[in-house]
Amino acid sequence: MRFFKNADYPFLQWRKRAYLVTALLMVVGIGAMLYHGLRGEGWLNYGVDFTGGTIVQVSFTRPVSADEIRGATRQAGYTDWEITRFGTGNDYVVRTPKFGQESGADAQSRVQQALQTRFKPSVEGRPGGDFRIARTEAVGPKAGNELQQRALLAILLSFAATLLYLWFRFEWRFGLAAVIATVHDILVTLGFLALTRMEISLATVAAVLTIVGYSLHDTIIVFDRVREDLRKPRHGRTFVEILNKAINETLPRTTLTVATVLVTLVALLVFGGPVIRGFADVLVLGISIGTFSSIFVASPVLYEIERKFPRAEKREQAVRSRNAPRPNRPGNGSSRTRRETPV
Amino acid sequence: MFQNLKVRLGLIVGLTILSVFILWRKAEKNNGQPITLGLDLQGGAHYAMEVDDSRSVMTAKDRADAIDRALKVVDMRVNGLGVSEPVVQKAGNDRIIVELAGLNQASQTRAKEVLQKSAFLEFQIVHPLEDLQPQLGRIEQAIVAAFPNEAKPAAGAPAVNAPGGLLQTKGNQQNGAQADTLAASKPFQSKIAGQGASGQLLIDTAQVKAMQRYLALPQVRSLLPRGTELLWGIPETEEQKGYASLWFVDGNAMMTGANLQNAQAQTDQFGRPIVAFELSRRAGRRFEKVTGDNINKQMAIVLDERVYTAPVIRGAIGNRGQIELGKATMEDASALALVLRAGALPAPLHIVEERSVGPSLGEDSIKNGQIAAFVGIGLVILMMIGIYHFSGALAVAALAVYVVLSLAMLSALDAVLTFPGIAGLILSVGMAVDANILIFERIREELDHGRGVRAAVNEGFHHALRAIVDSNVTTLITCAILFYTGTGPIRGFAVTLAVGVIASFFTAVFTTRTFMDLYLERRSSVQNLSI
Repeated sequence: MRFFKNADYPFLQWRKRAYLVTALLMVVGIGAMLYHGLRGEGWLNYGVDFTGGTIVQVSFTRPVSADEIRGATRQAGYTDWEITRFGTGNDYVVRTPKFGQESGADAQSRVQQALQTRFKPSVEGRPGGDFRIARTEAVGPKAGNELQQRALLAILLSFAATLLYLWFRFEWRFGLAAVIATVHDILVTLGFLALTRMEISLATVAAVLTIVGYSLHDTIIVFDRVREDLRKPRHGRTFVEILNKAINETLPRTTLTVATVLVTLVALLVFGGPVIRGFADVLVLGISIGTFSSIFVASPVLYEIERKFPRAEKREQAVRSRNAPRPNRPGNGSSRTRRETPV
Repeated sequence: MFQNLKVRLGLIVGLTILSVFILWRKAEKNNGQPITLGLDLQGGAHYAMEVDDSRSVMTAKDRADAIDRALKVVDMRVNGLGVSEPVVQKAGNDRIIVELAGLNQASQTRAKEVLQKSAFLEFQIVHPLEDLQPQLGRIEQAIVAAFPNEAKPAAGAPAVNAPGGLLQTKGNQQNGAQADTLAASKPFQSKIAGQGASGQLLIDTAQVKAMQRYLALPQVRSLLPRGTELLWGIPETEEQKGYASLWFVDGNAMMTGANLQNAQAQTDQFGRPIVAFELSRRAGRRFEKVTGDNINKQMAIVLDERVYTAPVIRGAIGNRGQIELGKATMEDASALALVLRAGALPAPLHIVEERSVGPSLGEDSIKNGQIAAFVGIGLVILMMIGIYHFSGALAVAALAVYVVLSLAMLSALDAVLTFPGIAGLILSVGMAVDANILIFERIREELDHGRGVRAAVNEGFHHALRAIVDSNVTTLITCAILFYTGTGPIRGFAVTLAVGVIASFFTAVFTTRTFMDLYLERRSSVQNLSI
């Protein structure tokens, strides 16, 4: 089975349309961030990992409604607890805004006590009882701040390291283009997270960094072809043609790989259970955007950079062509002179 | 390099066998699990703690010192909790990480209380065991009354093998024949293996649990001579392997750690290690009097209700004293000094981060992860064979090698498999086939250009290699940064992804190539390749 055999799409000529799509995604995403930011809800829906606070996941042994649970916690005097369903079973997550370790009794025991006003707790090793505490995550405000800084540090460091590596292996234009494409992916992903108010946890950060890795990976595969082609004699082909050829040649690989990765991710999404859901959601979205950007963002950006800062031998060519009499038509005639210049 | 196909094949087979061996060995050691499961999968609790400096101004150096001292305390306490393979480590300069696996909720709550308690150092006079003798009969009766079933079956079990029983000095000799009746009527004394060199009771480690139960009884404690108590020693300082020490000490502390100003390991004029300590001026005057009254008695150094050691008081000690350690090394002296300083810890610890997962949720996660892995990998296999036919099957064979290799690498690295880690593994399978897709597409292109099969395969691998290296290196860079900046599960994810990338590089490039070359070598003239 083969897809996109001898594909020959004028991707670079479509770049204006691609910019429009990108701009639209950005406007929506950043708009959502601003909207929520200005309303004081935070740009993104940071989870307890970053803001501090606790979540306690409670597994019920019988179907219970969120209102029943809320009733129990209200009765115990906790009005600011947020109760949401987790996954599809009888699991609920209780969020308490305060870390609460300082006051002695920890969140886990407080949740347990509050629920005991209406439900019977299960005792380990014995049947019966209505609920059991399945998971607790409590992060102090200081630790939360620190995690936020670390996440930012991780992303910035990975940019710097990649830029340096690509500079070393390719050249700075490629590195810059790849990083710009990746920044684009992150912005769009964050915009989506802002729009859906999906909770940002440590796992989300890992997902975003995976997207960074994948998107770079994809871009590098295309750029590798460009690099390879630039080393060959040009035969009068323009940079646009070289870029288009590279994208088209790698198109079968790009689609097949994204398909296999998406297939594994969908398996995670469907069968992985609620704990991994958020992680897989972000990855599916980010990998799709990463694929889009390696075709429609990275190469066009490389082209724009190339136009602004042409490489040395091109300038040389420009000078030579200005001095030399212009050939009537580009093609075989001019290619002989160009072949001598090492490219 | 590795031009010889047989050598290459041998290397692949050898590595696979080695991997299987590593996994098998580890599984044998680790209750049938080839890879250690993270707390989120097996259930357990993770705590990050800091020294509470809200009440006193601390410089960075103070804090670093306080953390070192607190680490000692936490380590001791965690070991006292009886959790298997607890992790206690320093993170950064000012944080302690404690990880406890497989705790249920009640023990988690208890663990948290224990961890946040401030350290308490006391100096307590050791009483002669003779003082305990008159009360023994009533203690035994109280235990028999509290645990009537315990005494009877214990008679059948060879509870006491060591001759001597309790208090050899009193001539309370027992022989093997009498041991059975002894275990039945005297559960307390039957658990005692003998007397230690420093005047403590020695309990066989197998009997420690039973003894702890006895000592937990309030009626037993009230039967001890007025103002005394029985305290356990610290396992690491045990002189005799296989035995735990139980010290009979005065309940009233002659001094507490609050009065201790400094303690340092030094050497005396003969070059022997000593620990020099310094008390506050007022406490020194009091200490001088108490030590003067107790010359030639032993003074137990008790941290968190556990006896660290019990040196003999040679004379009245003022506000400066020293503890001679005899044959001990300088490290022992430093350890003791640390215990003393830990007891003088001015600030309590508080938990700044807590993550705990119940065992049932962990089981669900494992189950879900397995299903997702089978489905995901199965679909990838179907896609590869459907698209690349025979070559795809070769890639799938290489993928099998990849799975074994990466699991063995994780096992050999002692990596901990977390739930995000499983996700990383599944994801890396998706990425592992990418290298093969890249190569196969390149071979197809070369075939399209009219090259022969062999030339196309060579060119395909050759050209794809550079792109694979560059993209893998960037992924590894991201993994390294994730590992460096992340904590817990995120680190697990970074490790599995990195291992996956390295293993996939080997299998996709080297293994698939070898399989393909083997196939081509078998046929003298290959007209077309199923790709």
